[in-house]
Amino acid sequence: MSKIFPKSANALPLQIVLFLAVAGTVATAAVTYWVTPKYTRVGYAPTQPVPFDHALHAGQLGINCVYCHTNVEKSEHSNVPSTSTCMACHSIIKKDSPLLAPVRASFETGAPVPWVRIHKAPDYVYFNHAVHVNRGVSCVECHGKVNEMQVVKHDQPQSMSWCLDCHRNPELRIRDSKDVYNLDSETLAAQGRLEEAIARVHDWKIKPPQSCSGCHR
Amino acid sequence: MRYVWLAFLFVVVAALSVLGFRGSLSTRPPLEVFPDMDHQAKYKPQQESRFFADGRTDRPLPANVVPRGRSVEADPMYLAADDHMFRGKTATGEFARGFPEGLEVSHEFLARGRNRYEMFCAPCHGRTGDGNGITKQYGMGATPTYHDDRIRTMAEGEIYNTLTNGKNTMMGYGDRLAVTDRWAIVAYLRALQRAQQGTVDDVKPANRPELGL
Repeated sequence: MSKIFPKSANALPLQIVLFLAVAGTVATAAVTYWVTPKYTRVGYAPTQPVPFDHALHAGQLGINCVYCHTNVEKSEHSNVPSTSTCMACHSIIKKDSPLLAPVRASFETGAPVPWVRIHKAPDYVYFNHAVHVNRGVSCVECHGKVNEMQVVKHDQPQSMSWCLDCHRNPELRIRDSKDVYNLDSETLAAQGRLEEAIARVHDWKIKPPQSCSGCHR
Repeated sequence: MRYVWLAFLFVVVAALSVLGFRGSLSTRPPLEVFPDMDHQAKYKPQQESRFFADGRTDRPLPANVVPRGRSVEADPMYLAADDHMFRGKTATGEFARGFPEGLEVSHEFLARGRNRYEMFCAPCHGRTGDGNGITKQYGMGATPTYHDDRIRTMAEGEIYNTLTNGKNTMMGYGDRLAVTDRWAIVAYLRALQRAQQGTVDDVKPANRPELGL
């Protein structure tokens, strides 16, 4: 009887199993690495209609976040400023700059500047800016050091597990009230004031929800 | 089998080179792996609308509307009827002196004024109110100092009015600061003016040696 399979085929079942094991491991690693907001969202830095430089305005000039994002302390939504906010200075400073032409056009006609949104929670997430900043969660926790960004990028993954990391241990993430808009400041815990932070979590009744309906309604 | 391994290696290298690493900058919108209900047919603030002609979901208020479901009895501020509080004027239309009724100029009130002043006013007027804010270095014209008699003697209502509606090259901040916050800033401005006029008599005798007096 002639041989149907060559002798080397004896090793084949083992090799196939080995290959499937390696391929499975690599595929799992690939999904873990790429199929997550840490990859899909972090680093998103779209080109904006006006090249607004946060590093200049918020960093170098030291203009407070709230000067433009006025509603952050009282609303769920942290607003993009109206163009009249820009024009408070830019009707005088760099008033003829071609880069600011869309702002001037918006100010004159009332048409919005088509800013490109960077951070976007899914529509089934009900995030509230005011309750976070008013309890000592700084902008920098979710948005990174915007005061050093010439072009704003998506800095943190903002995935659900990332939210829960903080919701489970708020005392590690909160700041002194005066430091909330100071993006170079450190958390109370990082300053060695953990006890103060724990006391504040208790006194201010900071109870970040961990149940589904806390954020999904 | 060797070719299978080589092909696999090729796929891994190709995936790495196409997909790149975490955190690398990109101008392309984020990839949505499971979009599910991420985009629902509802309006959120400052979003784009394809329905309204101006393309925005935020609707401008018609003239003279008031919030419904409130009453003047429950909330005296509701109809913005108090001329002093909301317009800084007296019944005869002159700028009012002093602070409106219902506002207590307390330590907390001044602290709030300082907080708002340093956010909204200090960029141009400077933290001490001397008109030398950071914007001066970038071409903002002559920002007046608060420390001259013109502003020292100016009625509180006029300062409030300037803050609300703007004056000369300064634009109004009425759209960004609540009415009580604007009054708090007026109070803090008075505190800044007072601070520049301190004399040795303001220092407690016990503390004078610390200053070498």
